[in-house]
Amino acid sequence: MSNKNYYISTYCSLQNGALFVNGKATLEMDRSLPFIVLAKTIYKETGINYPKFFKMDNLSKLAFLTAEFLLEHSALSEKDVQKMGIVLSNKSASLDTDRKHQESISDDKNYYPSPATFVYTLPNIGIGEISIRHQIKGENAFFVFNTFNAKGLFQYAASLLASKKSNHVLCGWVDVDKEEYKSYFYIVSKEGMYPHTEEVINQLYINNEWKP
Amino acid sequence: MRQVFLTANNIISPLGLTSDQNIAEVAREKSGISQHTDSKILPVPFCASIINNEVLDTAFAEIGNATQYTKLEKMMLLSLRDTMEQANFSISEKTALIVATTKGNIDALGNDFPSERAYLPVLGEVVQTFFGFKNEPIVVSNACVSGLLAIAIAKRLIQNEFYENAFIVAGDIVSKFTLSGFNAFQAISDTPCRPYSKNRNGITIGEAAASAAITSQKTIDAIEIAGDGSSNDANHISGPSRTGEGLYNCVQSAMREAQMISEDIDLISAHGTATLYNDEMEAIAFNRSKLEETPLHSLKGYYGHTLGASGLLEAIVGVHAMKNNTYYTSLGMDELGVSKPLQVITQVGSGNIRTCLKTASGFGGCNTAVVFKKSED
Repeated sequence: MSNKNYYISTYCSLQNGALFVNGKATLEMDRSLPFIVLAKTIYKETGINYPKFFKMDNLSKLAFLTAEFLLEHSALSEKDVQKMGIVLSNKSASLDTDRKHQESISDDKNYYPSPATFVYTLPNIGIGEISIRHQIKGENAFFVFNTFNAKGLFQYAASLLASKKSNHVLCGWVDVDKEEYKSYFYIVSKEGMYPHTEEVINQLYINNEWKP
Repeated sequence: MRQVFLTANNIISPLGLTSDQNIAEVAREKSGISQHTDSKILPVPFCASIINNEVLDTAFAEIGNATQYTKLEKMMLLSLRDTMEQANFSISEKTALIVATTKGNIDALGNDFPSERAYLPVLGEVVQTFFGFKNEPIVVSNACVSGLLAIAIAKRLIQNEFYENAFIVAGDIVSKFTLSGFNAFQAISDTPCRPYSKNRNGITIGEAAASAAITSQKTIDAIEIAGDGSSNDANHISGPSRTGEGLYNCVQSAMREAQMISEDIDLISAHGTATLYNDEMEAIAFNRSKLEETPLHSLKGYYGHTLGASGLLEAIVGVHAMKNNTYYTSLGMDELGVSKPLQVITQVGSGNIRTCLKTASGFGGCNTAVVFKKSED
């Protein structure tokens, strides 16, 4: 068993209208706001300037915003960020956007499939958007689990670090399904504040304000 | 770290329901691609590699009730069943189940199955329940590298002793969903695709399932998974990198781990989708990797682009190429149409194939490479 010790340095979550960084609510809004409005508001209020954001689907927007605040609060150098691995997961894959593409092709008399929608019918596109934004050229994987799976993320991140495929791994959960959305990202490294264990990963997922 | 091997395997495609049947057809340059007219899928006639439903249902009737499962599930279950029968291990607490797919049961959004079936964990659960796997399935959905990435994931988890072995299965179907989308991109060829050819003008979509047993226990005909890597282009979500950045990086990562240099690679089983930009990108990456003189094929001319299945399916053909010491043809190749040299295989030949590099690239800028090696006794 890989018994080397790894650590979680930074973690970030966006859910119920609030953004949490390292266990602290840094932005709180009306939790009833639809995600599309919330995403735009956060983008504007925090002064992000990245016009490609507006072309993204909701899943990519959620992944993009979460990575934005996670990396802003991380102490990693630009060089380390560019080599980091990205391992994300969710339950709904890209179904939220898949339904939009399906709608555009379901009626033969009103048939209008759009490349701009179709390209987002893959859950890993968000990894691509984060990679483009931060010039990250490391390992990639997108997993789909029925519920948040700390064990799956733990084992794969530990494997990437132990086999030296990555020195740092951005891990997490990013799910959008109709009105529901939730993200939770964290960085695993050889050094950091909190032990990289299934228990810690789970606690941070369950309670945004929990501190190990 | 311990060695990890690929042993038993299966391919379900229009060319056959076992790996041996598929290899026999590839050896005689038979393609599964044909022209179809099905307005339920596309308003105009299209080329695709599609599995005959009656053939599939007849084969499936031996193991289950065909009406209870989607087409993709039947393909995956049949494939895995054959692999498990040949494998040198059976399911235990230390066996992982890895399911790779790009779109899963996406047709459930528009057919008689409940739309919940389109959730990928439901697909994973169907496979888990059918065979009685002890662990929650690990579903990988990473665009068109999914099947190849599944091999790397299995190998890494076994190498790090989280599991002793794994069964991996990859599959995707031809659906209105994917065909309409690629068609909207104007990425579909009106004739069977021609990877690397001057006359190529897009992809042909196909459907297939493939599966393999991955284990730390070496068998007589085991093929070692000697190295792997994945890398993002960080360039564009739907367009290949002009410098082949991600593909180059992951090939280097896989060869470094396998402790090989370009001269050690005997065969490249490339992605070769036959779009203008993808094949050009690969030519640049292989030249940067000094692999321009290594025999190379794309199998898309036989199977079409089988999306999440392609990486595993094509790796399995590569494994058989090594076992049979046979260079299989890159079907559809006539005159080279990329800006850098490549040794595209144009006729079946024999030679000592000790190693094979398999690559895949996909939307989202993802690229994956795996190096296979014949194990020495």
